[in-house]
Amino acid sequence: MQHHTHEVILEIKNLDVNFYTNQRCNKALRGVSFSMRKGKTLCIVGESGCGKSVTANSIMQLLPELSRIESGSITYQSKKGEIRIDTLKRNGQQMRRIRGKEIAMIFQDPMTALNPVFTVGFQIDEMIRSHNAVSKRAAAKKSVSLLKDMGVSLPEQRVHEYPHQYSGGMRQRAMIAMAMACSPNVLIADEPTTALDVTIQAQIFELMLELKVKKDMAILLITHDMGVVAEMADDVAVMYMGNIVESGTAEQVLASPAHPYTRALLLSIPVLGKGKNQKLEPIRGTTPDPYNRPPGCQFAPRCDYASPVCLEQMPPETDLGEGHMVRCFNYKEISHAAR
Amino acid sequence: MQPDKNPVREVLMKIENLKTYFPVKKGVFKRTVGHVKAVDGVSLDVFRGETLGIVGESGCGKTTLGKTILRLCSASEGSVKYQFPDGEQDILQLKGTELDRARKSLQIVFQDPYSSLNPAFTIFGSFADPLRKFGVKKRKEQEEIVAKLLADVNLPRDYMTRYPNEFSGGQRQRIGIARALSVNPELIVCDEAVSALDVSIQAQVLKLLKKLQNEHNLTYLFITHDLSVVEYVADRIAVMYLGKVVELAETDELFKHTLHPYTKALLSAIPIADITRKRKRIPLQGDVPSPVNPPAGCPFHPRCKYCTDRCRTDAPLLTPGTSEGQIHYVSCHHAQEIAEGRME
Amino acid sequence: MGSKALARKMDRLLEKENQGLLKSSNISRSLRKLTANSLAISGLVLFIIMVGACIAAPLLSSYGPNAIDLRNRLSPPGSGHILGTDQIGRDIFTRILYGGRISIFVGLGSALGAALIGISLGTYAGYRRGWLDSIIMKTSEIMMSFPQIILVSILVTIVGQSLWNLILIFILTGWPSMYRMARSQMLSIRELEYIQALQAFGIGSFTISFKHMLPNAIGPIFVNITLSTAMFILQEAALSFLGLGVPLEQATWGNILNVAQDLNILRNAWWVWLPVGLVITFFVLAINFVGDGLRDAADPTQAG
Ligand SMILES: Nc1ncnc2c1ncn2[C@@H]1O[C@H](COP(=O)(O)OP(=O)(O)OP(=O)(O)O)[C@@H](O)[C@H]1O
Ligand SMILES: Nc1ncnc2c1ncn2[C@@H]1O[C@H](COP(=O)(O)OP(=O)(O)OP(=O)(O)O)[C@@H](O)[C@H]1O
Ligand SMILES: [Mg+2]
Ligand SMILES: [Mg+2]
Repeated sequence: MQHHTHEVILEIKNLDVNFYTNQRCNKALRGVSFSMRKGKTLCIVGESGCGKSVTANSIMQLLPELSRIESGSITYQSKKGEIRIDTLKRNGQQMRRIRGKEIAMIFQDPMTALNPVFTVGFQIDEMIRSHNAVSKRAAAKKSVSLLKDMGVSLPEQRVHEYPHQYSGGMRQRAMIAMAMACSPNVLIADEPTTALDVTIQAQIFELMLELKVKKDMAILLITHDMGVVAEMADDVAVMYMGNIVESGTAEQVLASPAHPYTRALLLSIPVLGKGKNQKLEPIRGTTPDPYNRPPGCQFAPRCDYASPVCLEQMPPETDLGEGHMVRCFNYKEISHAAR
Repeated sequence: MQPDKNPVREVLMKIENLKTYFPVKKGVFKRTVGHVKAVDGVSLDVFRGETLGIVGESGCGKTTLGKTILRLCSASEGSVKYQFPDGEQDILQLKGTELDRARKSLQIVFQDPYSSLNPAFTIFGSFADPLRKFGVKKRKEQEEIVAKLLADVNLPRDYMTRYPNEFSGGQRQRIGIARALSVNPELIVCDEAVSALDVSIQAQVLKLLKKLQNEHNLTYLFITHDLSVVEYVADRIAVMYLGKVVELAETDELFKHTLHPYTKALLSAIPIADITRKRKRIPLQGDVPSPVNPPAGCPFHPRCKYCTDRCRTDAPLLTPGTSEGQIHYVSCHHAQEIAEGRME
Repeated sequence: MGSKALARKMDRLLEKENQGLLKSSNISRSLRKLTANSLAISGLVLFIIMVGACIAAPLLSSYGPNAIDLRNRLSPPGSGHILGTDQIGRDIFTRILYGGRISIFVGLGSALGAALIGISLGTYAGYRRGWLDSIIMKTSEIMMSFPQIILVSILVTIVGQSLWNLILIFILTGWPSMYRMARSQMLSIRELEYIQALQAFGIGSFTISFKHMLPNAIGPIFVNITLSTAMFILQEAALSFLGLGVPLEQATWGNILNVAQDLNILRNAWWVWLPVGLVITFFVLAINFVGDGLRDAADPTQAG
């Protein structure tokens, strides 16, 4: 089985994260577990506000001040052994050493990550030099070759330019170059192409695929686009209101979805090539207020298959075999009904 | 197989050689140093009752085209002949009360559900001024109309007394649609009307738009960059690149017999939510060129793999061809060769 | 906040949330942030007390503001006169109260007047842009490039000294900053899609700018008015101190301070100038605290 041949590099278990803004407590993550494997892409997919970014930010310890990891563990397998990221100080030396060098992150909006007053080349140099003892010249050379690898034309010239002189796609590439500067083992990409055109998105994805294969990198790709998942993912985790409701390989989750939410999601999007007469089934209702979450299964109020127990209890993680996990009490009946 | 798709259809709006340029100003004295050619010679016929999809990459001028038709931007050249109930008129030449009457026929739905409603006003407040402007002066009557419009978009009546921040994105978008309907328009420009919505909400709004089209015999100009959405809603699709329409055909026809190399690349770049279908991507080199200095010749030639010398100097025109009895417009010198597979 | 205190606060919230005690409050987030800002609240309390005292002056003091008591000249604080008397025997406490009426009136009146002009122009021109906006913008640039105090001095020498002239001058010099603030607000609001929706209905410019846009800029405008009030009160004091403000026979905070020009009084009669100096300081501070509190409360980037 493929699932075990690839080494696990990052493992999250039962992660709970709460936000304490507005004098309230928002339980943004409620027992999130997944693992990332070397040389594989894990896609986390879900609607706005379901906790995708919070998951990514917890791995990087980049949560805002009024929030904290309540329980659970984030374990990273470094070359020197296990590191429990959740126990590290947010801005301690150890965490800073991991950021960028071991685990790198790219964001939806490159402008927030690139400093407008420095040239792109300078920023990549800084990144290299802060983690490696190399000369200025060597770092500058590496920056140029990195930009070249990312498909930026005329890199010798463009390292001297400022972020605003780059187009959106180029900025995103510069940010990936920066993320790749220290050859991290894990790359976290939080909606890296949502702001870009599909043709540029395709270029960025080609790039990420290449890096994954060449460098044996583990990629966490966050998206809300099922198309992106189908194209990019080896593994998929579907998230709804702070829980992973279903996970497994792309094949398992997309071809034989077990959770009613995954099914509904797949039925609600138009698929290119199916034409004008395809049936769209909107999911009824709206996502609940995060401060007023339903007591049991978060999806129960919108679910066609909900039974009384769903309204009271959170379903446990059920293993369907071969790493296919689902959080649903009624998955058996549903797969029968669908057939 | 195809039913005869050429019944005589009524042209509702005829856009001819429309150009919208924005001056680029520089320096202390704000000298004009060039122009952003946002819309650069677009000619299109819009038929009554159809949905015309307009697709293209960011910055290719889709929004500007929509706004120019609605007179929210001023055009530099060209005409937009519209079939008003009392005869044809060029929208771009209208003034004063005539323009106001035209505004009853054309409306717009915006992309961002969060900025398209005034946060300081209740939902009713957002409807009141437009209604008053078009002759509904009494508050009682206004309320009745708003309630009916809300019902049209499947929202309860009492929402009219609430503020926008109490609503989700999908609900706001439906309110935006209701507002556009308040003057009984014939043509609605939907500018990325579902792009900002969550995937599970998109379907609600798309279905609603289809339903309203049937009930009110609406014509949509559906602007989007999402081809899967446009395939679902549109009868015909116009593909724009750098301010120009490069391909225009019936939806099925466009997807079946894609002619323009840009459209091909665009289609191949779209991630499809179906893992059983894997396609080869046709990667496009480089970014969209600046609309201030569009390339000479065919605007797409620097990124096109079929580019020849002729493409570098000679700008192709949007010319009709027929395939399987349908008219298929394309602006490419080599469309015929590409279609026949002679240029691989 | 220290990390321990932060953790404790979070524990408390978590416990309450688990017991279902927390409800989404109906009062707005901004209002809650304002009330949680103790500096702003103490500023507000101080402001209300001081304004209240000035209004209730006749009840708090049995003297008239200009009643001369020649037997008690420059008498130090004591029984008959709480804060002593000045060099012609007027009760200082009384004069501070009555002076406050005029000083606050000048400050608030000028700020409101400047706001009325600056904001009406800024709202309309900021929405319409074009030549009107260019002209007003250039005018305001010219006004603002003069050092204000010199401009005021010149105007006072031309039109003469009187309460109303002073207010007029303050309005004249104060509107450009209001104009620019309102204009910049309008420039960002006019790009929002709801404005374009109104344009698509053909709604007129006046209705769009004043009815639909202005209410969304009211927060920053309010802050600006409070801060300008403080500034004008200080300016009145400064001008009066120089003898250019309100005519000397009228009690204002600046005019009371004016006597400190006499070296003898400055050295030997602290009660003549110190209390009024403190009153001005505290009043201006109070207004600034309120203004800053309002600004922070309206700032969505600050969590709370
Ligand atoms: N900085 C923050 N302050 C307060 N609450 C936050 C913050 N960031 C996230 N949250 C809350 O945490 C929950 C999860 O948010 P998150 O940003 O992870 O969503 P997401 O899945 O990334 O959505 P999107 O697709 O919109 O990016 C939401 O309820 C959100 O309100
Ligand atoms: N008011 C304006 N002034 C100057 N340039 C403008 C203005 N509005 C649009 N443009 C420019 O015109 C070009 C076309 O813009 P437009 O908004 O029509 O593109 P679009 O196809 O709608 O893109 P998107 O998909 O990003 O919405 C862009 O280069 C843009 O920068
Ligand atoms: Mg996010
Ligand atoms: Mg647009």
